[in-house]
Amino acid sequence: MKHLLLAIGAAVLMAGCSSAVKLDSVPVEDKAGTTISQEGAEGLGRAVGKGGVSSVDLDKSAQQAAILAGPRIVYFDYDSFVIKHEFQSIIETHARYIKADKGRKVAIEGHTDERGGREYNLALGQKRAEAVRSALGLLGVVDSQVEAVSFGKEKPAAQGTDEDAMAKNRRAEISYR
Amino acid sequence: MKPIIYTALFLNKICAQLRVPQVCTRPPIETELARGSLLVGASPSDVESIQRESIFWIPYCYIICSMFFRPFLSMRLFKNIRSDLRALLLAMLTVFFVSPSSAQFRVEVSGVGLTQLPIAVSAFRGEDGASQKIAAIVQADLERSGQFRGVDTAGAALDEVTRPDMAVWRQRGADSLALGSVTRLVDGRYDVRFRLWDVVRGQDLGGQSYAVIQADLRLAAHRIADFIYEKLTGDKGAFSTRIAYVTKVAQRYQLWVADADGENAQSAFTSPEPIISPAWSPNGSQLAYVSFESRKPVVYTHDVATGKRRLIANFRGSNSAPAWSPDGRTLAVTLSRDGGSQLYAIDAGGGEPRRLAQSSSIDTEPVYTPDGKSIYFVSDRGGAPQIYKMPSMGGNVERVTFAGSYNISPAISPDGRWLAYISRVSGAFKLHIMELASGAVNAITDTSADESPSFAPNSRLIVYATQQQGREALMTTTLDGKLKARLAGQNGNIREPDWAPFQKQ
Repeated sequence: MKHLLLAIGAAVLMAGCSSAVKLDSVPVEDKAGTTISQEGAEGLGRAVGKGGVSSVDLDKSAQQAAILAGPRIVYFDYDSFVIKHEFQSIIETHARYIKADKGRKVAIEGHTDERGGREYNLALGQKRAEAVRSALGLLGVVDSQVEAVSFGKEKPAAQGTDEDAMAKNRRAEISYR
Repeated sequence: MKPIIYTALFLNKICAQLRVPQVCTRPPIETELARGSLLVGASPSDVESIQRESIFWIPYCYIICSMFFRPFLSMRLFKNIRSDLRALLLAMLTVFFVSPSSAQFRVEVSGVGLTQLPIAVSAFRGEDGASQKIAAIVQADLERSGQFRGVDTAGAALDEVTRPDMAVWRQRGADSLALGSVTRLVDGRYDVRFRLWDVVRGQDLGGQSYAVIQADLRLAAHRIADFIYEKLTGDKGAFSTRIAYVTKVAQRYQLWVADADGENAQSAFTSPEPIISPAWSPNGSQLAYVSFESRKPVVYTHDVATGKRRLIANFRGSNSAPAWSPDGRTLAVTLSRDGGSQLYAIDAGGGEPRRLAQSSSIDTEPVYTPDGKSIYFVSDRGGAPQIYKMPSMGGNVERVTFAGSYNISPAISPDGRWLAYISRVSGAFKLHIMELASGAVNAITDTSADESPSFAPNSRLIVYATQQQGREALMTTTLDGKLKARLAGQNGNIREPDWAPFQKQ
């Protein structure tokens, strides 16, 4: 929720204070949902339509909002650092967004499930973060815009020891700073 | 077989003389092992040569045992007669190594004793008026070491100036007796005095006094335990040392410094973000640790007395796993600034890191050997995490662990003889200990989520984090795993213990 609010806040800032886009009309994608590359644009159209304003600049700002509020987590299999095909579109969306503004700074935060040692998991999380960074790099994102860091097993997204919870914790989060 | 039986019978007789009933009720072979295990000090090379020469030794063991029967009786003073006892130990080891059923006892023989010395620690006169029960703290310390067993002292009203009636204490089964007093001084401090007696020989083993403020009464008790431990085992006690650990309560992470028994904890640092991997500097004045307070792992050092922090490693990417060199001048750390988790050395005052090794795999969790010449670390260069060793300035890498597919978190004992680490065994993470000279490995816990082992500065105990009934706990264990104690103090999530070095008094 914190990220969502931040994202909305950022979108408002970027759109400028005089924007007619209301907070509650900013399109919000379900985090667990599918890719946003097309749907984001679609939702955006609706939002603008509702606001009754038609402007290229606003489109852009709303698109940013959509990206920031959209899916930004890549999940991994156990003991794996391979980005699964289903997450490629998330990475492509963010790659476009990062490339659009050379001033953007993004952190890729790697995480693991709770099994094993804290330091070794920190290194595993680092591998996941770096896998996402390289994937962004392959799409032309400049390395200096992206920092890969790890939280190891220290910041689980879900509590619990069942496979469901652990699968939610094996992840890399794309986090704008 | 004959010498074995002779020796066994003979030693059982010795035990009877020593009036150690719980030992005497065991089968003879176990009894002799139990007594033998008290005689710490056989080095791995001794063991090897004994194995080679065992044929030669067998006929002599009975004679040797007879020869050293008298010194054996007074083994509580074995510091003075160490060489005699060593000879006895050699004889006994011979017996163990020719007996096929003896394998499980080897580690005890070369490590920590199974036998516990019976000691009576009588309530200190005047301690009812003080905030701490000195005798109880002393006794708990001694028992946690695995080397002592408390003897009931009910009804005794004695202090350090009393000359105790040895017959009474012999009757109660005590080999030693500690007596003392606590007196409030005019300046508000407390005068804590005690005297240690060898009950068997009726001998005064010395005493000490400490003038302390109320807050240091526990410390005085730990010092007394150290004195007794050293007098009776010949090894330096580590009860007056400290332990650092981390707690997590709700979203609050806190780094603590506590007494070695887990009590008297003082908060060193609090953060809304995780804190991991605290590591004491060799002089015990500073802690290095990893803090996530800036939304990424960064290494700090923290002066415990002043609370002053210094940023050591905040490079691009992750910064973690600090380890001090024995001279305190250098920290080995894991950095990802050049891609991947790799090992670097960095000046303890900060500065430019120097790369120690280059691999395309994970290298992390460095620890220096006590001589400062080597670094043990974890690497998955072989496909799975294993412990490796290399020169501390970098160089040839040598694999150390081979059994299992997940071996992490190495800790080297300060005497350089032992490697403690966590190994995954059928999905459970268990504390293991390797004797470095022989490579022999033992799993010493029955828990399944062990983490972060750290040796006591006298190399006789290990503190580690684990889970009991789904809750985090800190435990100490003897190196043979025979005696474990849960550290008192904090409730809730408690982890990442690191045992501080000895400090100059």
